Amino acid sequence: MSEAPIIRVRGLVTRFGKHTVHDGLDLDVQRGEIIGVVGGSGTGKSVLLHEVVGLLKPVAGDITVFGENVRDTGPEEYRSLRRRWGVMFQGGALFSSLNVQQNVEAPMREQLDLMPQTRAALAAIKVRMVGLPDNALLKMPSELSGGMRKRAGFARAIALDPEIVFLDEPTAGLDPIGAAAFDSLIAQLRHALGLTVFMVTHDLDSLHAICDRIAVLAEGRVIAVGTMAQMQDIDHPWVQAYFKGPRARAARAQAKAN
Amino acid sequence: MPDRTAFLASDGQPARLELVDRRFVFAGDVLISNVETLDVMHGSADTIDLSNVARLDTAGAWAVVSLERRLQDEGLFPLITGASKPQSALIETLRLNMPQAVAAPLPHITMTDGIALIGRKAVLALHKIMAIVGFLGAVVATLAKLALHPSRIRWTALTHHMHQVGLNAVPIVALMAFLIGVVLAFQGAAQLRQFGAEVFVVDLIAISILRELGILLTAIIVAGRSGSAFTAAIGSMKMRQEIDAMRTIGLDPITVLVVPRVLALILVLPVLGIIANLAGLVGGALMSWIELGVSPSVFQSRLVSNTSAWHLGVGVIKAPFFALIIGIVGCFEGMQVGGDAESLGHLTSTSVVLAIFLVITTDALFSIFFAVLGV
Repeated sequence: MSEAPIIRVRGLVTRFGKHTVHDGLDLDVQRGEIIGVVGGSGTGKSVLLHEVVGLLKPVAGDITVFGENVRDTGPEEYRSLRRRWGVMFQGGALFSSLNVQQNVEAPMREQLDLMPQTRAALAAIKVRMVGLPDNALLKMPSELSGGMRKRAGFARAIALDPEIVFLDEPTAGLDPIGAAAFDSLIAQLRHALGLTVFMVTHDLDSLHAICDRIAVLAEGRVIAVGTMAQMQDIDHPWVQAYFKGPRARAARAQAKAN
Repeated sequence: MPDRTAFLASDGQPARLELVDRRFVFAGDVLISNVETLDVMHGSADTIDLSNVARLDTAGAWAVVSLERRLQDEGLFPLITGASKPQSALIETLRLNMPQAVAAPLPHITMTDGIALIGRKAVLALHKIMAIVGFLGAVVATLAKLALHPSRIRWTALTHHMHQVGLNAVPIVALMAFLIGVVLAFQGAAQLRQFGAEVFVVDLIAISILRELGILLTAIIVAGRSGSAFTAAIGSMKMRQEIDAMRTIGLDPITVLVVPRVLALILVLPVLGIIANLAGLVGGALMSWIELGVSPSVFQSRLVSNTSAWHLGVGVIKAPFFALIIGIVGCFEGMQVGGDAESLGHLTSTSVVLAIFLVITTDALFSIFFAVLGV
C-alpha cells in the first residue's frame, strides 16, 4: 500500500488532569482497510476515536484525516470533513425525539438540499442495508432493542456514503448471533460502499472475522500493529494474554471452522 | 480490496444522463449531491451504460436501479453495462434493498374518529387519576407504617430534602411575597383613596395575604422549583434502572425516595408559608407608609385589632395539603418516566402543570369549605 494513509496520527499526547492517557501515540490507517483498535480498559481507545473525529482536543500531536489536520480546521473545513466520515457511538446515540427514518435523514438534511421523497427513499435503502425491517423506519429509538439501535446508528453513520466509518464497540452488548451478523454486515457494506472502517472493539470474534489489521493500545501508545497472525508472535505480556487466552483460542478455532 | 478513487473536492464533475440509440448513458460523478438533477422517469432503452461514470455512491446506484425497475415495469429487459466491479457490487446490494414504493396514504380523520379520540383521552385521564390515587394510597400506607416504626424513616434523606426544598427556597419565596405585598398596597391605595378609606388598606393586605396569596403563591413556586426537581431526579433514576436495582436488593422506592421528599415538603411548606406571610406584610406596610402615610405603628395596631388570628390559620391549614399534592404529583410523574430522555422532559413539565392546577383547584375547594363554615 503505497498510498498516503487516510488517517495519520503522530506523537499524540492526551492528559486528563495528571492522568496521561496517550503518550506519543502513532497510528496509520490505510484507505479501504478495516482496522480494529484493542486495548485494556482505560487505555484510551474511545478517547483516541473521539480525538480523531475532532470531539476532543489532544494536548499535543498531529492528527490528519484525508491529509487535513483535524486539530486546526476552521468550522467550514470541519463541516466538509464531517461529510466524508460517519461515526457510530456505543449505544447508537440515536436522537430520541426523532424516529429511525428522521435519524437517518438527519445528516442528509444538514449537509445537502434534497427533495423529501429522495431523502425518504435513500433513508429506506440505508435502513434495509443494515438489515432492519421496513416497519422500523417509523419507530422511535425507545421502541427498539439494543441491537436494532446499533443498526440504526450504523445506518445514520453511512447515510452520506462516507469514506471512513468510525465504530465504537459495534458488537458490545449483542448476543453472539447478532454480533456475527453485525460483523458480516460491516464486511459486506465495506465491500459495497468501499468504506474504510476504524473500529474500537473488545470482540475477538470480530477481530478474527473482519479486521484486516489490529492496533494494540497499551502504556499510552500503539505497541503493536499487524494482522491477527502477526499478533501471535508479539512478545508483550498483555498481547500474549489477550491473543492467547482461552477466549482467543475459542475464537481462533471458530474462525478456522468457518 | 475495493477500489474507490479518492477525490478531495467533495463535488467533483457534474452527473449527466443521456439517451443515445436506445441506450441510457450515465456519465460523470453520480452522487447524492447531484442525483436529483438526473431524469430517470422518461424515455425507454435496452441498455444502461455506466462506462463513463467516474464515481457512483448509494444514491447514484439508487438512480440506476430505479431506472432499471421502471424499464422492467414497462416490459423491457435493460442490460447494465460498463460498470466496474465495485459498482456492480453496489448495484447488486441496491437491488436487494430497494424500498417498496408504497407511500402510505394519509389517514382520513372522520367525525367518528374525533369522538373516539375524545373518548380514548377521557379513559386515559381516568386511568391516570386512578393511578395517582393508588400512588397516594401507597405513600400514605407507607407513611403510616413508618409512623409505627420511626426508626425506619430515612432521616438523612429527610433533612437533605428539607434543606433543599425549604431552606434554599426561603430567599425566593420571601422576595416574591414581599413584592406581592408592595403591589397590593400600591393598587389598593389607588382605589381606597377615592373613598378616603386609605387605612383599610391594612385589612386588604392582611386578609388577602394571610388567607390566600401567601400560601398559594408559595405553593406555586415550590411546585415549579421542587416538584419538577422530584420528577427529574426520580425520572432519571428510573431511566438508569436504579429503581429496579433498589427493588432487587429489597429497598422500597416509596420508603427510600418518595416518603422523604413528601414528608420534607409537608414539614417545610407551612414554614415557608409563614415566612411568605411575614414578607408580604412587611412589603405591604412599607408601601402603605410611602404611598399613604400609614406609619408602621398604625399598620401594626390596626393589623392586631382588626385581623382575627383565623385568617392566618385558614392560610396555614392549607399548606400541608398543598405539600402533599406537589410531592405526590412530582414523585408519581417521575415514576412514569420510560427509557428515553424525551419522556423525562415531557413528564417534568406535566408534573409542574398538574401540581399547580391541583393546588389551585384545592384552594378553591377550601374557599368554599371555609365559606360554608363561616370562618
